[in-house]
Amino acid sequence: MDETRKAPRSFQEIILRLQNYWGAKGCAVLQPYDMEVGAGTFHPATTLRSLGTKPWAAAYVQPSRRPTDGRYGENPNRLQHYYQYQVIIKPSPPDLQALYLGSLAEIGLDPALHDIRFVEDDWESPTLGAWGLGWEVWCDGMEVSQFTYFQQVGGHDCRPVSGELTYGLERLAMYVLGVDHVMDMPFNDPQSPIPLTYGDIFRQTEEEYSRHNFDGATTEMLFQHFKDAEAECERLLAFPADDPKTGKRIIMAHPAYDQTIKASHLFNLLDARGVISVTERQAYIGRVRALAKKCADAFRLTEAGADAGAGA
Amino acid sequence: MPDLLIELFSEEIPARMQARAREDLKSMVTNGLVEAGLTYASAGAFSTPRRLTLAVEGLTAQSKPVREERKGPNTTAPAAAIEGFLRSTGLTLDQLERRADKKGEVFFAVIEKPGRAAPAIIAEVLEATIRNFPWPKSMRWGNGALRWVRPLHSILCLLTDESGAQVVPLTVEGITAGNTTEGHRFLSKGRFAVTSFDDYAVKLKRAHVILDSAEREAAIWQGAQNLAFAAGLELVEDRGLLAEVAGLVEWPVPLMGRIAEDFLHLPPEVLQTSMKEHQKFFSVKNPRTGRIEGFVTVANTETTDHGATILKGNQKVLTARLSDARFFWDNDLRVAKAGMGDWLEGLKSVTFHNKLGSQADRIDRIAALAREIAPLVGADADMAEQAARLAKADLRSAMVGEFPELQGLMGMYYAREAGLPEPVALAARDHYSPLGPSDAVPTEPVSVAVALADKIDTLTGFWAIDEKPTGSKDPFALRRAALGVIRLVLGDGVKISVRAIIGLSAADHLNLRELSGVGVPGREKYLDEVVDLLRQAGAGAPISENQIVDQLARRGMRLEAADIIVRLRDYLGALNKYNVLPTDLLSFFHDRLKVFLKDQGIRHDVIDACLAMPGNDDLTLLVKRAEALAAFLKTEDGTNLLQGFKQANNLLTQAEAKDGVEYSFGADPKFAETDTERALFTALDAAEAAITPATAAEDFPAAMAAMAALREPIRAYFAAVQINTDNQIVRRNRLNLLHRIRAICSGVADLTRIEG
Repeated sequence: MDETRKAPRSFQEIILRLQNYWGAKGCAVLQPYDMEVGAGTFHPATTLRSLGTKPWAAAYVQPSRRPTDGRYGENPNRLQHYYQYQVIIKPSPPDLQALYLGSLAEIGLDPALHDIRFVEDDWESPTLGAWGLGWEVWCDGMEVSQFTYFQQVGGHDCRPVSGELTYGLERLAMYVLGVDHVMDMPFNDPQSPIPLTYGDIFRQTEEEYSRHNFDGATTEMLFQHFKDAEAECERLLAFPADDPKTGKRIIMAHPAYDQTIKASHLFNLLDARGVISVTERQAYIGRVRALAKKCADAFRLTEAGADAGAGA
Repeated sequence: MPDLLIELFSEEIPARMQARAREDLKSMVTNGLVEAGLTYASAGAFSTPRRLTLAVEGLTAQSKPVREERKGPNTTAPAAAIEGFLRSTGLTLDQLERRADKKGEVFFAVIEKPGRAAPAIIAEVLEATIRNFPWPKSMRWGNGALRWVRPLHSILCLLTDESGAQVVPLTVEGITAGNTTEGHRFLSKGRFAVTSFDDYAVKLKRAHVILDSAEREAAIWQGAQNLAFAAGLELVEDRGLLAEVAGLVEWPVPLMGRIAEDFLHLPPEVLQTSMKEHQKFFSVKNPRTGRIEGFVTVANTETTDHGATILKGNQKVLTARLSDARFFWDNDLRVAKAGMGDWLEGLKSVTFHNKLGSQADRIDRIAALAREIAPLVGADADMAEQAARLAKADLRSAMVGEFPELQGLMGMYYAREAGLPEPVALAARDHYSPLGPSDAVPTEPVSVAVALADKIDTLTGFWAIDEKPTGSKDPFALRRAALGVIRLVLGDGVKISVRAIIGLSAADHLNLRELSGVGVPGREKYLDEVVDLLRQAGAGAPISENQIVDQLARRGMRLEAADIIVRLRDYLGALNKYNVLPTDLLSFFHDRLKVFLKDQGIRHDVIDACLAMPGNDDLTLLVKRAEALAAFLKTEDGTNLLQGFKQANNLLTQAEAKDGVEYSFGADPKFAETDTERALFTALDAAEAAITPATAAEDFPAAMAAMAALREPIRAYFAAVQINTDNQIVRRNRLNLLHRIRAICSGVADLTRIEG
C-alpha cells in the first residue's frame, strides 16, 4: 500500500504497477507476442480474440516497431522500437472508464492534481480492416492513451464489443517521471547497484535499426518475403478443416495470422526504405487487409472464435 | 401544467457534435409529444461532455381524445376489400357502422382514441428518440445492441407538477429511467436525486457542473480575459475554439502560461495554429509588440495546487510541439533561401489529378498564363511569372505538411525571408483567394494575375477532361473557382476577354501546338496543311490517302498514311474541343454571374438582356450594362420606355413576319404626316447623337438617360398615328421608323428579353 502511494521511480516500475493493477482487476496478464508488430493491437490476443462471443480479458506489454519513426536515438520522444501497454476486455465492462482512471492513479497520475480528459478520437486500422470509436486520453494536455470500443475487426462486426486501452509507455513514463529525453529515463530503480537508463539499453539499437530500416534492409528480399508471407497465409487457410492425421478439426487460423503480421511488418520496412510509391501504398495496405480478413473469417470457424451456442 | 426534465447521461460526447445533438433532442422530443396530442409552452436543450438535457415547460397532462371517422368500401364489396379495410383500421366487422350513401350502403369506421396520460406518451417518444437519434457516428458497447454516440449510462426522466415529481416509467435496453444523475467526474462523488429542472441545475452546479454551454463559454472567455488583462496582455478572439473548448469541460478553469522566448520569432499564425490544433489553447497577444507571447488552456478541474501541475504539464507539451514547429521553420528557411528548388522539384512527384498531370505541370501552365494576363491587370509579366512559379512551392514545406491550413501564408513568409520582391510574397499568400463568398479579393496586380491564372487553369483543365460539375456534385469546387474569377475581375474593374484567356489556357491543356506539329523540325504545321487539303477536297473531287502522303512528301515531310491518320484524328479531336470549350465554359461563367448578380438584386432577365449583347465575355462591361439597365428599369421613365419599345417591337415583328421583309431601309421624314411624327424623328436624331458616343464610352447610365428622353415622343406617336394605313408608302416608312426605335433602344441591352 505504502509502496504504491509513492511515485514510481523507473520505467519498469510503471510497467509492473500496470501489470499488478490489471491482474488484480481480473485480466490474464499475457506476455508480448513473439513477432515484430507495429502496435499492441496486432497481438492475436487482441485482433483475433475480439471476434466471437467468448468473454476475454487480457493485459500485456507489446514491443512495437515503426521503422519509419527511427531517429537514431536522437529525438527526445521518437523511436522505431517502443513499448505499448495493451488491455483488452470483451464485453467492454460498464465501468471501463473508471477502471482506466484507476490505473492512472496507480502510476501516480492523481486526478486531484492532474487534468484528465477524454477527447474524441476515432480509431481505424486500414491494414486490419478494423475500426472503433473512443477517445485519446489527455493528461494535462498530453495524449497518454488511446481508448477504443471496437466496432469491427477483420471486416467482422464485434458482437459483443471489446474495450481496448493502449498506453504509449515511454511517453506516459517520461511524463510521470519528469524526464525530457527518453534516453535519460531510468529503466530500473536509479538507486540500484547497477542503474540503467533507457538509453543504456536502447540508444545503440536505435542507431543500428535506424540505419537498417532506412538504408540497410535488402529491398528485393523484403519484396520476396512479402509475397511469400502472403502466399503462405492463403495456403494455410486453404487446407481442409479436417486433419487426416489426428482426425480432428484443426483450422490453422493463428499460423496464417502470423503470416499476416509478417506481411504487415515487411510492408512497414519497405515503406521506411522509401521504395513504395503513394499509389502502390494503398494497394499493399489492401493486400494485408485482405489477409487479415481471411484470418478473421477462419478464426470465426474455430472454437475460440465461434459464437456461443453455434455448433463448432 | 407539468414540466418535463430529461437527461441522457453518457461517456464523453465529442465536442463538435454537441450543438447539433441539443437541437435534435429538442426537436425530436417536442415534435413527438405534439404529434401525440400534447402541447407545451417552451423547451430548452443543454449539453455538457457527459450529458444531453432537455427541459420542457408547461406540458399538458394528457392528450385530448380524438374521434376519427373513415369511410370504407360498399357493404356489397368483395370480402378481400372489406378485410383490407378492417386490417387498416384495426377493427372487427361488428365494430363497423353501416351508413346509407349515394351508391348504396357503405361501411364506416369510427375510431375513438381516448386521451392518453403524458407519461405514457413521453415514454414512447423518448424511447423512439433514443433509438433513432441521428448521431453523425454512433456505436455499440458491451453486450448491447443499442447505438449511442458513446456508452449511455443513465436516463433521467422526470415529470414535475404542484403535487411533486414523478419518474416517467421507461426502460431502454436495460437502462431504467430514474430521478438521479451524477456531477463532475472528479470533483463530485456519487449520484443524487433531483425534483425539477431548477433543482437539477442548482445541484449540478453544486456538483461542479455548469449545465449551459453558453454559460461555460462566458465563464471561459471572462476568466481567460481577466488572466490576460492582469498580465498586461490581450486574448485573441476565436469563437470556434471557444465553442469547442466549452464542449470539452463541465467545470472550466482557465490557466495562463507564457511561450518560451526561443519560439517568439515564429510567425504568429504558426504559434496560433499549433496551439489551437494540437492543444486547444487560446492565443494571448502582447498589445505593445503585436506578438503572440502567451496562451490560455482551459482545465476541467480545480486542483489542490491551483492548477500548477496542470499548467506545468501543458507547458511541457507546448514546448515539445513548438520545438517541432521551430524545426520545420528552420529547415524550410534553408530550402527557401536556396531558391525553393527542392520544393519545386518535389512538386513534380505530387499528382494534381491523374489526367491533369503533376503540380509542377500545373505550375508551368499557370506561369505561362499569368504572363499573358499580367499586362491586362497592370502587373509586370516577369514578376507575375516568377510569382506563379513560386506561389505553390510551400506545399512541399515541412510546416505546410504539418499544418495544411497555413498553405500560402507560409509561402509569403518564406518568400520574404528569401528576399524575394514583396508582390511575389503577397501572391503566394493571396493567389488562392477569394475562396468563400465573404473572402476578401486580392487587389495587388501580381496577385490578381496569378489568382486568375490559377483558377482559369483549373477550370479549363477540368473542362478539357470533361469533369464538369453536375447537379449538387462539384468535387473540384469549380463553381467556387468560377465565382472567384468573377469577383477578381469585377473587384479589379479590369477589361479582360475571358474567352481569349480560356482559349490560351485550353490550347495549352489540349496540347494543340504539339499535336499540330509546331516546333517539330520539318513538320511545322503539317497537319494544318492536311486539314487544308481535305477542305479543298471537300469542295471538289475526293482526295485519297496516298495523294495526301504525296502532297506532304513534296513539301519534304515523309509520313506513312496510317501515321497521318492517327495524328490527324488526335489533332482534330483536340481542335474540336478547342472550338467548343471556350463557349461552353463561358456560359458556365455566365450562369455563375447570374447567381452572383441575383444576390445583388439584379433580375435574371436583366442579365439575359445584357448577355445578348456583343462583348459578353468582358465581365466588367457586362455588369456595367446590367447595373445601368437594372437601375433604369426601376425608374418610371424606364418602365414607360420599355412599354413603348415593346409596342414598337411587337408591331414591327408582326409586320416583318407577314411581309417577309426586314424594315431596315431607314425612315424618311418627308413621309411624316403629322407634327407628332416629325417630333419623333427629331427626338430619335437627338437620342442617337447622345447614345452612340455614350455606349462607345461604356457610359451606360448616360445612354439610358438619352433613351429615357424618347419615352414621351414614342408614347405620343403611338397615340396619334396608325401604323398600318392603306397608303403602303406611308406604312412602310412608319415600319422603318419603328425599326429605328428598336435599334436605338437596343444600344445597351436586348430589351426584348425583359419580362413584363
